[in-house]
Amino acid sequence: MIRHAGLCVLRGAACLLAALVASVAAPVAARAAEPPVVAAASDLQFALEEIAQAFAAATGERVRLVFGSSGNFARQIRQGAPFEVFFSADEQYVEDLAREGRTRDAGVLYGIGRLALVVPRGGPLAADASLADLRAALGDGRLRKFAIANPEHAPYGRRAEEALRRAGLWTDIKPRLVLGENVSQAAQFALSGAAQGGIVAYSLALSPRIGDRAAYALLPESWHGPLRQRAVLLKGATPAAERFFAYVQAPPARAVLRRYGFAVPGETG
Amino acid sequence: MDLEALWLSLRLGALTVLVLLPLGVIVGRWLAYRSFPGKSVAEAAVALPLVLPPTVFGFYLLVAFGAASPIGAAWQAAFGRPLVFTFEGLLIASVIFNIPFAIQPMQRAFEAIPSALREAAASCGMTPWQVLRRIELPLAWPGILTGMVLSFAHTLGEFGIVLMVGGSVPGETRTVAIAIYDRVQAFDDAGAARMSAFLLAVSLIAITATFVLSRRVGRRLA
Repeated sequence: MIRHAGLCVLRGAACLLAALVASVAAPVAARAAEPPVVAAASDLQFALEEIAQAFAAATGERVRLVFGSSGNFARQIRQGAPFEVFFSADEQYVEDLAREGRTRDAGVLYGIGRLALVVPRGGPLAADASLADLRAALGDGRLRKFAIANPEHAPYGRRAEEALRRAGLWTDIKPRLVLGENVSQAAQFALSGAAQGGIVAYSLALSPRIGDRAAYALLPESWHGPLRQRAVLLKGATPAAERFFAYVQAPPARAVLRRYGFAVPGETG
Repeated sequence: MDLEALWLSLRLGALTVLVLLPLGVIVGRWLAYRSFPGKSVAEAAVALPLVLPPTVFGFYLLVAFGAASPIGAAWQAAFGRPLVFTFEGLLIASVIFNIPFAIQPMQRAFEAIPSALREAAASCGMTPWQVLRRIELPLAWPGILTGMVLSFAHTLGEFGIVLMVGGSVPGETRTVAIAIYDRVQAFDDAGAARMSAFLLAVSLIAITATFVLSRRVGRRLA
């Protein structure tokens, strides 16, 4: 009977669904034991992954890392996102959250970030720290698109804007800017070939994955406000989150941060 | 390949379809057979997610379900977990956004059943439940299956809403589509390419299945 063959297909699909649904119940029950979720500014994309791997090797414990722009994370935390640790590229976000009583305490300063000009290898632009070639490229038409993070909610974008203003290039370069949702996406844009370069986090420029396809120059620290980066335990952080938080402040983790170009403060606070 | 994200997407898709299956049959059948004042408005409401930008929808959900909203606060009080940035919140968003993909094919399938057939069945003494089970569902099943396949595939690919209300938490809200975005940002092109190829294959299979199914509907009622 053709009609019943049709119903059988429907029934089969329903059975398949039921099996999948049954598998859903288990993870829900086990969720309390899942590794803590750590929200981190995307300049830590590579450094924190390395630290988390070292943490897992040393303790056997895991964390779940989420990378994005600090401003977006701060907003998501206010809306109840289930993060337990927050690494912000701008300590202002942490201070605001602390004032609103959403954090355990004032957190710790874990590093001071720097900016770098990155250009794709073989591209038309030279990576010089004075931005002289960038200025020339703006004039002679070699520069069509230039990537920075969105200054509105990404700290590295804000500092990149300051550096470009300080260099006197902001007005000319503004129509050519492409804005990344966070600094990691800005780096992606800068090196995809669609743009001729960008100003991104030095820590990203130092990572092997990016170093393979880009040339970079560290910009002078005096050209922009400091990128004071603060990490904090959020309300409701579990002991596992506390252990990771402590590990990030221990010498092996600080060595990794230093290797990725962060100035690591001697004292916490 | 991010297997955790893949598994999460499959679970999300399956649960979305499971919720939408009874909803689609009931609402689709109702829209197919009943006429009432304001029916066009009801049909427009069902179709709205097709044209509404996902970010608009995501923004409203964020406002409606956030910790500061009454719904979000009540949910938090009842279950001890927020509604946004969790799997449950994502499921609700996914169900709402897939309504047209599930209901419309089902409605068309019920509409295609000649009313004479249903009337004949009723005059033979069949109860409405028997008519549904013995006449309507056997005839409408390709449309019902199409609705299920479409909403499943669409769930796997949905990006904008998941980005707005999900927050890319691994194992919780990081779906395959979001994982691809994350992999690209992490300069892991190989990882992004593998997952993209998988989604491409799933989409192709799903859309092929719907064409095969719709051809069946046509043949059956010809």
